Amino acid sequence: MAKTIIPIGPYHPLQEEPEFFTLTVEGERVVAIDVNVGYNHRGIEKLSESKTFDQSTFLVERICGICSTSHPFAFTRAVEDIIPVEVPERAKFIRTIIAEGERIHSHLLWLGLAGHFLGYNTVFMWAWKLREEILDVMEILSGNRNNYAMFKPGGVRRDIKSVDIPPVIKKIDSIIPTLEMLKKAVIDDPVLHARTKGIGVLSKEDAINFGALGPTSRASGVARDVRKDSPYGAYDKVQWDMIVTQNGDVFDKAVIRILETFESIKIIKYCLLNLPDTEIDLNLKDIPPGEGIGHIEAPRGETFHYVRSDGTNRPVRHKVRAPTFMNLPTYKATIIGETISDATIILAAIDPCYCCTERVAVRNLKGNQIYDGQDLVKLSQQKTEKIREKNGCLKWI
Amino acid sequence: MIYLLDPLIYLLIYGFLLTAIMGLIASWIDRKVTARVQYRVGPPLLQPLIDIIKLLGKETLIPEGASKITFLMAPIIGFSGVVLVSTILWINNIDPTKSFMGDLIVVLYLLVVPSISIIMGGFASRNPLASLGASREMKLIMGYELPFILAVLVPVIHTHSIRLGNIVSYQATNGIFIGSLSGFLAWIVVILCVQAKLALVPFDMPEAETEIVGGPLIEYSGSGLAVYRLMKNMMLFTLPFFVMILFMGGWKFEGIYSLTGLLKYIGVVAIITVIRNTNPRVRIDQAVKFFWGPMTIIAIIAVILAFLGK
Repeated sequence: MAKTIIPIGPYHPLQEEPEFFTLTVEGERVVAIDVNVGYNHRGIEKLSESKTFDQSTFLVERICGICSTSHPFAFTRAVEDIIPVEVPERAKFIRTIIAEGERIHSHLLWLGLAGHFLGYNTVFMWAWKLREEILDVMEILSGNRNNYAMFKPGGVRRDIKSVDIPPVIKKIDSIIPTLEMLKKAVIDDPVLHARTKGIGVLSKEDAINFGALGPTSRASGVARDVRKDSPYGAYDKVQWDMIVTQNGDVFDKAVIRILETFESIKIIKYCLLNLPDTEIDLNLKDIPPGEGIGHIEAPRGETFHYVRSDGTNRPVRHKVRAPTFMNLPTYKATIIGETISDATIILAAIDPCYCCTERVAVRNLKGNQIYDGQDLVKLSQQKTEKIREKNGCLKWI
Repeated sequence: MIYLLDPLIYLLIYGFLLTAIMGLIASWIDRKVTARVQYRVGPPLLQPLIDIIKLLGKETLIPEGASKITFLMAPIIGFSGVVLVSTILWINNIDPTKSFMGDLIVVLYLLVVPSISIIMGGFASRNPLASLGASREMKLIMGYELPFILAVLVPVIHTHSIRLGNIVSYQATNGIFIGSLSGFLAWIVVILCVQAKLALVPFDMPEAETEIVGGPLIEYSGSGLAVYRLMKNMMLFTLPFFVMILFMGGWKFEGIYSLTGLLKYIGVVAIITVIRNTNPRVRIDQAVKFFWGPMTIIAIIAVILAFLGK
């Protein structure tokens, strides 16, 4: 059968961000996929080196609008790891509350988008309506719907007052019935089963080999969660369950996310009711030379930050690895052999966040070749040779 | 006596103008109900009309390498198909004696024309996504036509006539078909086929925005897209109207009956809207299996029951 190229991107209603997938199809069946990233590179790591540690916290918050807590969380942990120092208990609890609130709104956002991709716009609108309630809770606690600006190396910037706690808990409780209804609507819908069960299966073996993270791996039966594996914040003080399913298909990935929102609500309520009465900030003054890592469980998987300090007030090197970077290659295992109709929901099932993942990509003028690091060094050397040759110098190489 | 003016009036006033107005209103109802279900406000009454007028004023782009004549003719062919069908349906409701023998067959044929025009336009635009959408539309037609025609047979068996006028007048004296078991089963099948004919969720895969970005319509802009939009809006009137004639006693324009007719019509549109808002999109192979499997079986059962007089 003749092969056709179906482009998804760089601008496509499926994605909010510019990304380019080239699907090679036979009829409706996908036989090959090529992923191109690099449309949205912002040079955050480099920018971070010109900012102080306090400023960088706000900078990394803007890596992604949806995981706007996970990046500062990982960054501040990396900075604290340089000293090393433990933040006060109350700060840990507040950080956990904010991180879990973010998880709820992120999972609801994904659920809505998944419904939209399947043409189920009612779920889309309902999930996003529900998400507004969570955003309101976050606004009550932090003053912002998004980009909460709660984190700083050594603690948190804003305390949660005890008078605010009862109304917030009331508001969270009022969300649960609607969430239950949404859960039933999604988990029990036979047409949704037909569209998502057995689709885009990522086997346990593949999940381990590709190093899949977060809900993508947990749906395949790999119990991998930073919150359990190396507890941070208040996660070791709260009773909560890691949700793991075995099938690895799109349906399981949806189930994981829905059930995790309930766990998050549990964690938030526990933390709010058991806030320890300590300081919220260590008032760190100097960051000594050294290096540190911080990794936390973002809604999409493990977010990893590496920071090196030379004793000044700026990081000399700051490296960010967002979870989508690890989850993106699993497309190779999940999309091949599926139909185009399913390809879109499989692309969406890892809950990709491309702007977090963006790496710079250098192409030739025709756009048909991407240069890697060695190619770029070679190009640079060739240019030097050209200039030397032009001016009558001897060859270096 | 047939005058030249008479058919023209039916064609332009009823077939085009009234159908277009009703279609735009139906489209508004559909959008408004959808919006309310989804916690949104929804568009104002004139929005569907404004959309079309706006599109008519926009530039029409023809993609490079497209078959120009086919590309531009396709919307007009589909549009004229809908106008013709609506004319026949209106005549049958206003003055059944003016209709001709076998108009049901003509209507069945003409109802496929819009889908075929979309396939033509899709293939003519020379876009891989449009071709994909067109081929899906083709598979979908093959899927739903079998149960659709089987279900349409039920009223024919009851009335022993292939004239729509007879079907309407039979129901006026003997009660509407939806009240009988065979009629009810056939009605369910027809409603779902109408959903596919209108390319609405769960059967909107020919146009699936998040998959193939509008499919056959991807390259259309300006007046071509406006004609397609108007055609689709008019179909939202024509098809429920056809279902009403076949199973629900038609729409009589005298006294209280015009009001009950309007209610019936809004009811059918509401059912279509509810189906489209409570389901995700199915895959094309699942759709074809659905129509050839359960739908065809239900349609056959309905036909057998109709033979037994139930």
